[in-house]
Amino acid sequence: MTTTQIDNPRIEVDPEGFLLRPEQWNETIAESIARENGVAELTDRHWLVVRFMRERYLATGAAPSVRALGKESGVSIKELYELFPKGPAKLAAKIGGIPKPKGCI
Amino acid sequence: MTRKRIVILGGGTGGTMAANRLRRRFDPDEAEIHVVDRDDRHVYQPGLLFVPFGLARVDEIVRPRRRQLRRDIAFHEAEVQSVAIERDEVELDDGTILPYDVLVVATGVRLLPEETEGLTGPGWNERVFTFYSPEGAELLERALAWFDGGRLVVNLVDMPIKCPVAPLEFVFLADWHLRERGIRKRTELTYVTPLDAAFTKPVASQHLAGLLAEKEIELVTEFNAGEVDGSARTLGSYDGRTLEFDLLVTVPLHGGAPYVERSPGLGDALGFVPTDTHTLRTAAKDNVFALGDATDLPISKAGSVTHFEAEILTENVVRHLAGKELQAGYDGHANCFIETGFHKALLIDFNYETEPLPGHFPTAFGLPLLRESRLNHLGKLAFQWAYWHALLPGREIPGIGPTMPRSGKQLLTA
Repeated sequence: MTTTQIDNPRIEVDPEGFLLRPEQWNETIAESIARENGVAELTDRHWLVVRFMRERYLATGAAPSVRALGKESGVSIKELYELFPKGPAKLAAKIGGIPKPKGCI
Repeated sequence: MTRKRIVILGGGTGGTMAANRLRRRFDPDEAEIHVVDRDDRHVYQPGLLFVPFGLARVDEIVRPRRRQLRRDIAFHEAEVQSVAIERDEVELDDGTILPYDVLVVATGVRLLPEETEGLTGPGWNERVFTFYSPEGAELLERALAWFDGGRLVVNLVDMPIKCPVAPLEFVFLADWHLRERGIRKRTELTYVTPLDAAFTKPVASQHLAGLLAEKEIELVTEFNAGEVDGSARTLGSYDGRTLEFDLLVTVPLHGGAPYVERSPGLGDALGFVPTDTHTLRTAAKDNVFALGDATDLPISKAGSVTHFEAEILTENVVRHLAGKELQAGYDGHANCFIETGFHKALLIDFNYETEPLPGHFPTAFGLPLLRESRLNHLGKLAFQWAYWHALLPGREIPGIGPTMPRSGKQLLTA
C-alpha cells in the first residue's frame, strides 16, 4: 500500500496521492497536501472550493467537474485556475481528501 | 386497465427508438405514445463528420422526424417549456399541457459555443468553425475548400461531448484530405484536448496516439481552452498557454436542453439528467426515465450507447407500468467505428467496466478491434442504412445485443 509522506503514515493514498479513505482527512492533512502540490497557503477562497468539492462528493458520491464548480461554487473558472494551477478539480479533490475525480468519458 | 399515456421528449435517436419499441409492446388501446420535438429534422449525426470534406451532403443525412415514427404515435412540433415532476405534466411553449404516466427524457444535448470567451466573436464561421451542427459543417466545407495551408487546429473545449472520437476522426480525415490536395506539407495539423491523452481510455489512447504520430499530427494535452481570439487567431488556455491558428475547428461545450434548467428537480448544473446506470430510471421520480445524450451516465454520448439503452429502457417502462421490479440490465455497452482516412477505420467496443481492447467483434471471427482496416470503414458506411432501416424502427440486429460481448476480446487479466 502506498502511503504519502504527510504527517500520518497510516493515511492510505493512491499512486497519485489521492486519499483512498475520505474519513481519514483533516485540515492539517489538507494543508500538507496543498504544500506538496505547490499551493503554499490555503486562503479562504481555496477552502471554499475544497469544502464545496468535499461536501458534494460525500453527498452524491461524485466530485464536480471544473465547469460545474465554476457554475455552482461561486468561484469563476478563471479564478479556480489561479487558486489551483493546472487542474482545479483534481487538485481541490486531492486537497479535500476525496478520490481522484473519474473525469469524463 | 385504463389507457396509459407515455410522453417522450425528443424525437432524435433515443426518442424515436424508444417510441417505436414501446409502440410494439403496447396496443394503441393500452397506451398512447406522444413524441415532442421542436422541429421536424432528424439528423443522422455520424454523417456530419463527412460534410466538411465533401464526402456527404446535409440533405443526404436529414430526414423528417415524423416519418421515422410508427403509426399511432402522436408527434408534437413544439418547444418544451418545462416539466412539472410533482404533477406528472409537461408544458409546451404553445401552452399545451401533456399529462403522463411515464415520461422519457431523450432531448440530447445542445451546443454552447457562447460559453467560451470570444468563441462566437470575430472570426466565428470565418476562421473558427464547428462541424457539430449541420450549418457549421456546411460552412466549414467552404472554408476548407479555400484553405491553402497554414496552421489547422482541432480543439475540443471540454468533456462531455457527443461522440468523443469524432474530433479525432476529423483530424485523421483532415490529414487525408490535405494530402490528396497536395497541401499537407505546408499545413501544421494540431490536435488539442483537455484530456491527459488522445482519448478517454488508456489502451485505445495509446493506439490513437500512435496513429496521430504516424500521420504527423501534433498532440497537445491537458489544454483547457478558456478564450478564443478570432482576430489575433489565438486559442488560450486557462493556465496561460496560447496556440496560434489560421483555421480553428472546435467542438464547443455541451449542456442539456434548456427546459431541463426550467424544470426543478430534473437536471444537474450542466442540464444533464441524473440517471441510474443500470435501470435508466432518473433520480427525479420513479416514473421518469432517460436515455441517450441527455443523461449524466459515465459512458460515451453516442448513438450506439443510445441504441443499447433503448432496449433496456423499453423493458423497464413496461415493467414500471405493470408494477414490476425494474431490470438492472444496462452495462454501459458502447461501440463505435473510428474513421482514420484512406478508406480505413478502427472499431472499438467497451462498457462501464471494460475499456476498448484489441480482438474481434462480436466474436473471434468478426471485425477487427482497435486495428485499422478497410472492412471497418465499409462497416461505418453501411451503418447509415442500418440506422434508418433497422435501428430507428427498433428492429434487432442479429448477433448484437445490449450487453458487451466478451468472446473475441483480448481481456487483460487483473
